[in-house]
Amino acid sequence: MTESTKKSGVSRRSFLKGSGAVAAATAWQTQQATAVETSTATLVQGSTSMTLKVNGKNHKVTVEPRTTLLEVLRYQLDLTGAKPVSSDGSSGASTVMIDGKPKTASTTLALACKGKSIETVESLGGEKPDAVPVAFTEHDASQCGFCTPGFVVAVRAFLNKNPQASEAEIRKGLNGNICRCGTYSQIIDAAVSVVKGGK
Amino acid sequence: MALFQDKKAAEGGPYNWPSRKDSKVIGKDQTRLDTLAKTTGAAKYTYDVNLKNQLIARALGCPHSHCKIKAIDTTAASKVPGVVHVHVFDHAKADSEISWQGELLAVVAAESEGAAVEGVSKIKVDYEVLDSFTNDEDLDAAEKAGRTAKGPGKAVTVREPGDDDDEDEFVDEEIARLLKESAHVVEGYYGIDAITHCCLEPHGSTVHWEGEKLKAYLSTQNVSGTDDGFANDLGISADAVDVHCEYIGGGFGSKFAPDYWGLAAAKISKATGRPVKLMLDRDQELKIAGNRPSGYLNVKLGADKNGLVTVWDSHHWGTSGSRGGGVSQSVIPYVLVPKNYRRRSTQVKTNTVRSRAWRAPNHPQGCAMTQTALDDLAHKMGKDSYDIFMTNLANATNGKEDVYAEEMKIGAELMGWKDKWHPHGAQVVRRNGRLRTKKRGALVDGLGMALHTWGGVANSSTCQLKVYPDGGVESFCGTQDLGTGTRTVCAMVLAETFGLTVNDVKVNIGSSTYPASGASGGSTTVGAVCESHRRASQDALREIMGLVAQKLSVAADTLVATGGRIQVKGNAKKSVSWKEACTMLGMKPLEISRSHKRGDASPLSNQGVGGVQMAHVQVDVETGVIKLNKFVAVQDQGLVINPKTCKAQIYGAVIMGIAAALYEQRISDPKSGAFVNAELENYKLARLGDVGDIVVHLYEPESERQRGVIGNGEPPAISPKAAIANAVCNALGVRVPVVPMTPKRVLEAIRTAGRA
Repeated sequence: MTESTKKSGVSRRSFLKGSGAVAAATAWQTQQATAVETSTATLVQGSTSMTLKVNGKNHKVTVEPRTTLLEVLRYQLDLTGAKPVSSDGSSGASTVMIDGKPKTASTTLALACKGKSIETVESLGGEKPDAVPVAFTEHDASQCGFCTPGFVVAVRAFLNKNPQASEAEIRKGLNGNICRCGTYSQIIDAAVSVVKGGK
Repeated sequence: MALFQDKKAAEGGPYNWPSRKDSKVIGKDQTRLDTLAKTTGAAKYTYDVNLKNQLIARALGCPHSHCKIKAIDTTAASKVPGVVHVHVFDHAKADSEISWQGELLAVVAAESEGAAVEGVSKIKVDYEVLDSFTNDEDLDAAEKAGRTAKGPGKAVTVREPGDDDDEDEFVDEEIARLLKESAHVVEGYYGIDAITHCCLEPHGSTVHWEGEKLKAYLSTQNVSGTDDGFANDLGISADAVDVHCEYIGGGFGSKFAPDYWGLAAAKISKATGRPVKLMLDRDQELKIAGNRPSGYLNVKLGADKNGLVTVWDSHHWGTSGSRGGGVSQSVIPYVLVPKNYRRRSTQVKTNTVRSRAWRAPNHPQGCAMTQTALDDLAHKMGKDSYDIFMTNLANATNGKEDVYAEEMKIGAELMGWKDKWHPHGAQVVRRNGRLRTKKRGALVDGLGMALHTWGGVANSSTCQLKVYPDGGVESFCGTQDLGTGTRTVCAMVLAETFGLTVNDVKVNIGSSTYPASGASGGSTTVGAVCESHRRASQDALREIMGLVAQKLSVAADTLVATGGRIQVKGNAKKSVSWKEACTMLGMKPLEISRSHKRGDASPLSNQGVGGVQMAHVQVDVETGVIKLNKFVAVQDQGLVINPKTCKAQIYGAVIMGIAAALYEQRISDPKSGAFVNAELENYKLARLGDVGDIVVHLYEPESERQRGVIGNGEPPAISPKAAIANAVCNALGVRVPVVPMTPKRVLEAIRTAGRA
C-alpha cells in the first residue's frame, strides 16, 4: 500500500508536515503524517498550479500540498474511473499507472506526479478498447463494478510485466485489489484469456 | 415519484415462457450490456456524478462507543478556508447520548475534499465517556452487565402435555427423556461473528435542488421507494423528489433508504443553494452503514441409530446492536428440523450500530450454527457426513428432500467426494496432547457440506414499453441493477418475446421517474422485472401480430416472432420483417404498461429454492492457516434467464462466504468498544489468491424450469460458512466452533481439544 514518491525529492509525509495542513485526504493519513518527524520538509503552502500529464495529454490543474492524485483526477479532470474505496490504498480501487507502474491514486499526492506520465483506466477504453477490459466483459469479471477499473489497471500492469503469466502466477500476483461482490474466479479467467490471446 | 401501475386497468395475457427448445435468448449465456462501461471507467456511479459548482461534504464520526455530548463547537471549522457550511445533527447537540462508535455528529461542506476533511478535524466536541459493552459472545459478561433480554423461542414435542401438566416442566422432562433414549447425543457450541456489508461504494448521495424539486443521485437498492424517505423528513411531497441510480457500487441489503446523512446532504444543498456530494468514508462505512447480527449457540441433540436427529434442544444469543435482537429463532435448527425441538434465545444489547438486512437475513447464521452440529453427529458416529446429511433430509421442512438428494448426488460427483472422503481426523494423531499429522508435513485436508433454502418471490414491478414505428423497442422501469445483471435480463426478456437480439432493444432503469419497481432485496428483482417485461412485451406483440395477421390474411395465433421477423410458424415465406410489422403501427408508438404485484400467483415466477454446497479444504496444523482447495455449489432457481450472470451470483456468494468463514469479522476492543479494524487492510476479505477452484452447477431439470423465474442472490450466500467449517472439522477431527476460523481460533481449538 505504501507509495514511494522519493524520486521527486519530496515525500508525501514531508509535504503534509511542511504544509501545516492537518487534514490530508483522511484522518488516518493525518495521524500517520503527524506522527513522523521530518527535518527536510519542503514548505509548500496554499494552492499552486501544475501541469499533469494524463492519458497522453497535459492538463493544467490547481493543487494544494495535501491534494491527492485521485482528487485531481476525479474532481478537476472528471476522470472518475479510479475509485475512492479505502483511504490507505488497501483495496487497490484507485489503481492507475504512473510511468507504467501500478500505484493507488488515493495514496499518491498530485504534486509528486510532476513530470510523470499517468494513465488511467479511461485510456484502456474508447472505440478500440484494450484486451483486458474486453476480456473482463466477455468473462463476466464484474458485478457491481466499483472495484473493476482498479482491477483492470492492475491486471493490465501485471500482464505488461508478465505477458506469459501462468494461472498460478495470476492467482499469486493480483492480491492488491479487493472485490466485494466476489468476481475473482472470472477475473482469473479473463487474465488467463488475455495471456492466451497474446495481448 | 414512481407509481405502480393499477393492474386492473391493464389486463392482458395469457403470459408464459417459451419452451427450452423454442427459446432463442433465454437460457443462453449473454454477456452483460454494461460491463464494458464498468471496465473502462465510463459507468457513472453516485460517487462519480460531479455537478457544476458542487460542494464536497465530509462527516465527523463519534470516536466513542458510548458517550454523552457535553458541547459541540463548530466555530473553528467554519473558519477553515474553503469551508462553506457546517451542519450539526440534532442527535449530536449538547446533552445527547451516543450509543455506538462512528455515529455521525456533524457534516462540513467545502469547496474541496481537503478543506472538508480539515473542517471536520476542527470541530471541537466535549465528550463524557460512558461505560460500553460490545462483547456479544460472552453471555455471562452480558448478563452481569445487564445487557440481556429474553428472546423469542419455540418448543414442539410429538407427545403433548396433559391438561394438568405444566407446559414448561413437561417439555423439560420430555426433551430430557428423548435425549436419554437417543442412540447418539451431541453436545456442542457454535458461533458466527458480526460482519459488515462493506460496500465498496460507500453510502451517500450527490444532490441538488431545481427550485422546490430535489434531484438525488443516491447509491440505493431502492430507486422507486426512496422518494418518500426524502420527502417525509424534508416536509415536501414525494412528487418533488427524483432519485437516480444508474450504477451502484454494492448494497447487499444495506442501501434501502436515504439515511440521515442523505437528508443532511439535501438540507445543506438547500441552505447553500449548491449541489452537495456527501459520501461516507471507509471508516464510517464499516462502522455505521450496515452489519449482520452475530449468533452463538449451545445445543444438545439426539439421534436414532441411523443418525436421524430426533430431538434438538438449543439456546442461542447474539446481537443486532443497541436494541438487542440477534438471529431469529425461526432458523434454528436450519432446514432440517426434527420432530421434537426446543429453541430458546437471548438478546444481547451492545454499543454497536443497529444491524441491517445482510444477504439472506438470519439464514447464514442459522446454517453455520446448526448444520455444524449435524456434522459433529457424523463425526461422533464415525460416519460419512454425506450419508448423515442424506439421512436427515427426512427432516427437511420445505418439502425439498428430493431436490436436495439430487443436488447432493451432483455435488458429490463434481467434488469427487467418494475419492476425497476420509473419516473425521483420520489424517492426524495426538501425541502428548499435541496434534500431529500422520504423514510428513503439517498439512491435512477435509471435506464438508451444507444445504440451504430461500424464498426469492418476485417483487412488484411495472414496465412501460414503447414500440416505435421504425422498429425501435424501449422499456422504462424504476428498478436497479446491483451488479446482478438486471439490465441485461430485462433486455433478454424483451428480445426473446419480439424475436430480436438484446442489441435491438433499449432498457431504461435506475430512475424514480420511471414506473415503480420494488426494492432489490431478498432475491426479488429478477422475478419482478421478468414479470413486468414479459407481460408488457407479450401483450405488445399480440397487438402487432394482430396487424400482421390482417396483412398476411392468416390467424394471429399461427404467428411467431423469431429471427427479426414475424412469420407463420414453420413457414418463413409467410412473414414480414420486424421493422415492416412496426410500420403498421402508423405514426404513433405503441405504448403498453404492465405490472406484477408481489404475492400474486403467476406462471412466470415462483418462490422457494434449495441448494447444496461442498468444500474441500487444506489446514496447516502448525500455523492454523486454512486454504480452500475446491468448492462446489449446486443451485436450483427455477427457470434460468441468463446462465452467465446467474452463475456469477453463485461464484460471488461463495467467495463472500469464504471471507466470512475464514477472515472477516468486526473486532471490538473489549474495554472501549472501539471497532478496531474498520479499514480494508485489517477488515480482512478474501482476495484473488484465496478462492481456490470454485465449481458452479445450475440445477435446472424441466421440473425446475416449469416453475418460472426465482431469484438466486441470497441462497448461495448461506451455506459456505457451515460447509467450510465442516470441512475443517473433517480435516482436523476437531471442531473450530466460531467463524471466521482465523489461525488463532484454529490453534486454540486444537489446544482445547488436546486438553480434553
